[in-house]
Amino acid sequence: MSEIKNTFKDWCLKNFEKYENNLNGEKKYPVHDYRKKSIKYLTTLDFPSIKNEEWKYTNVAFLNKENFSFSLEKADYSFDHISKFLFDNLEHSLITFVNGYHIQNLSKLLDIPEGVEILSLSEVIKQNHPLVQKFLGKVAENSNNFFTSLNSSFITDGAFIQVPNNKIIEEPIHIIYYNNSGTSKNIIQPRNLIIVGKNAQVTIIEHYVSDTETEYFTNSVTEIFVDENGILDHIKLQEESFKSIHIGRMDISQNRNSNFRSHLISTGAKFSRNEFNSRFDGEYAESTLNGLFMITGEQLFDAHTLIDHSKPHCNSYEHYKGILQGNSKGVFNGKVMVRQDAQKTNAFQENNTILLSDSAVMNTKPQLEIFADDVKCSHGATVGKLNEEAKFYLKTRGIGDEAATAMLIHAFASDVITSIKIEALRDYLEKIISRKFN
Amino acid sequence: MLLEIKNLHASINGNEILKGIDLKVNYGEVHAIMGPNGSGKSTLASILAGREDYEVTKGEILYNGKNLLELAPEDRAREGVFLAFQYPVEIPGVSNTNLLKTAVNEIRKYRGEEELDAIEFLSLLKEKSKLVDLDQKFLSRSVNEGFSGGEKKRNEIFQMAVLNPTLAILDETDSGLDIDALRIVANGVNKLRSKDNAIIVVTHYQRLLNYIIPDFVHVLYQGKIVKSGRKDLALELEEKGYDWIKNQKEEIPV
Repeated sequence: MSEIKNTFKDWCLKNFEKYENNLNGEKKYPVHDYRKKSIKYLTTLDFPSIKNEEWKYTNVAFLNKENFSFSLEKADYSFDHISKFLFDNLEHSLITFVNGYHIQNLSKLLDIPEGVEILSLSEVIKQNHPLVQKFLGKVAENSNNFFTSLNSSFITDGAFIQVPNNKIIEEPIHIIYYNNSGTSKNIIQPRNLIIVGKNAQVTIIEHYVSDTETEYFTNSVTEIFVDENGILDHIKLQEESFKSIHIGRMDISQNRNSNFRSHLISTGAKFSRNEFNSRFDGEYAESTLNGLFMITGEQLFDAHTLIDHSKPHCNSYEHYKGILQGNSKGVFNGKVMVRQDAQKTNAFQENNTILLSDSAVMNTKPQLEIFADDVKCSHGATVGKLNEEAKFYLKTRGIGDEAATAMLIHAFASDVITSIKIEALRDYLEKIISRKFN
Repeated sequence: MLLEIKNLHASINGNEILKGIDLKVNYGEVHAIMGPNGSGKSTLASILAGREDYEVTKGEILYNGKNLLELAPEDRAREGVFLAFQYPVEIPGVSNTNLLKTAVNEIRKYRGEEELDAIEFLSLLKEKSKLVDLDQKFLSRSVNEGFSGGEKKRNEIFQMAVLNPTLAILDETDSGLDIDALRIVANGVNKLRSKDNAIIVVTHYQRLLNYIIPDFVHVLYQGKIVKSGRKDLALELEEKGYDWIKNQKEEIPV
C-alpha cells in the first residue's frame, strides 16, 4: 500500500534532482537553501489522504496516477493568446506568466509611483532582494503542508509586488497566469510575494487561465504582508481548463489598522483546492473574505479558510457562495479562531450554496473556536435549491424557464459580485455567469 | 369570448379542490369571485396562471380559443394572462426594472415585436408608475424585498400596468391593505379597465368591490360556483355573510 501512496511524492523527490541540475548558476542565490530545506522537509510529510480531517472530502490520490513533467522552458506567446482574458475599459498594469514564467513582452506597466516594485520573483531572487529574505516562506510556512512544501522546493517565478509606505497605486495590477501544456502535463508552481507598506494601498488581481483542453497542475502559493494602515484589495479569479488541477494557497499577515479585502471567484479546473489563512498580527485590523464558485460536470471545488484572530479589536467578514450543477462537488471548510487575547473581536461567517441538480453534493463545515469572552461571532450555512416560488413568479411575468433561472443565479451571486469595487471586473464576471447559465 | 372554463376539476395531493367550475368571461368585463376561506378561489387563480402544484383531473380552459392548460406559465403570460399574487414573492438581487425589462422584451419577442430600447422602456415605466403612485426609487430596488404589504400590492398592479395583460387575475389583492392603499390600488386597476381586456377579481370581502365595480359576481363554495349575479350579490353577501350560502347549499342535496 505504502508504495502506491507515495507515488506522487516519490516522483516529486526524483524530479527535484533534475530541477536542481537545470538551475546551473542560480543555485548560488540564498533562495536555493530554502528550496533544499523544503524538499528535505517534504520527505518527512505524508501525502494527504482522506483520513486526514483537512482532506476528508477532497481526495488527491488521483495525483499518484498522473504522469507530470516540470515546465522548464519559456514559451513564445503573443497577446492573441491572452486577449480574451483582459478586462475591457480598465486602466491597469499587466504582468503575464506563461506556464509559470514571467513574459516581459506580455506585460505592461503603467506609470507607477516611485519606489513601487512590480517585478518577477525570478528577478528579485537574483537581486538578493532584502524583502525576499525577510518574507519568503515566513508568511506561508511549509509547516505540515505538503503542497506548500512542494511549491517551496521548486520556487522559480511568480509576481513580486512591493508598495512602499505612503504610496497609493490607483490602477489595479492584473496578473495573468496563462497555461498551455501542449502534449505534456506540466506542473506549474507560481510563488507570489505581495508587500504593502504603512498607509499604502493597492488592488491586485490574480487571474489563472488557460486554453480549454489543456491538462496541467497549478500549485500556487501567495504570501501577503499588509503593514499598519495599509489597504490591499485582492481578487483571485480562477478559470482554468476543465482538465486542469488547481491547488492554491494564500497566506496573509495583517498589521495594526490594516484592511485586507479578498474575493475568490472560481469556475475552472476539474479539481481545485483553495486555502486561505489570514492572520491578524496587530489590533484594529479588518479582513473580508468573499468567494463565489460555480462548478458543473465532474468538477470539485474546495475552499479551506482560516481567519486567526490573535489580536483584539479586529473584524472579519467571510461570505462564500456556491452554485453547483451536474455531478459537481463542493467543499467549504471555514475556521475562525478567536484567541484568548482577542477581546472585542467581530467575526461573521456565512456559506450559502445552491444545488441545481440532484447529483451535485456540497459539504460545508463552519468552525468557530472562541477562547475570548467579549466577542461577537456568528456563522451560518445553507444548502438549497433555487427558489421555485420566485421562479414561478418570474414565469408568470412572461420570463422563460432559462432566463428565469439565469436571473435568479445572477441575483444569488450578486452580493459577492457587487462587493467587488472594479466595475470592469464586475462586468467581466457577469459575462461569465451569463455564458454559463443563459 | 376571452375565457371559457368548462367543468374544471382539480386536485392537490389527491384532494379534490375544484369540483366542476364553469365560467365565461368576455372582453371588457370584470368578474368578481367571492367565497369563504378554503372554497378554492386561490386554487382557481393559480391554475389559470399555470402553477404546477395542482392536477387538473377533468374539464378544460379555453383562452382566446386556445387550450390554456397546454401552455407553460410563461407562454400564458406572453399570451396576455397576468396574475397579481396574493403573496408577491421577494427576490433579492433582481431589481424591479430588471424584472420588467426582461419580461417586456420576452413578451415582445414572443409576439414578434421589436425589443424596447432603454429610453422607450424607461418612459414606459415612468408613465405607468404614476398610475399607482409608485416612487421612482422603487424601480431600482430588489423585487418586493423589504416592501410593506401595501407596497407589494401596488407593485403587482404596477407590473400589470407595464405588461398590459388581456386577462388579469387579482388574487386577494385587497388583503392586508389599509383604506388608503386599497383606494390607490383600486384606482390603478380602474384606469387599466378597457373594452380590450378583462379582469377577474378574487376576494373574500366585498369592500374592494366598492372601488372596482364588477359586472358579475360569482360565489365559490366547496369547489363549485353556487351562485352568480350582478354587483348587488356582493352586497347581499356582505350583509348576510357566507353562512347564508352555506345554509342554502346544505338544503340542496348533492
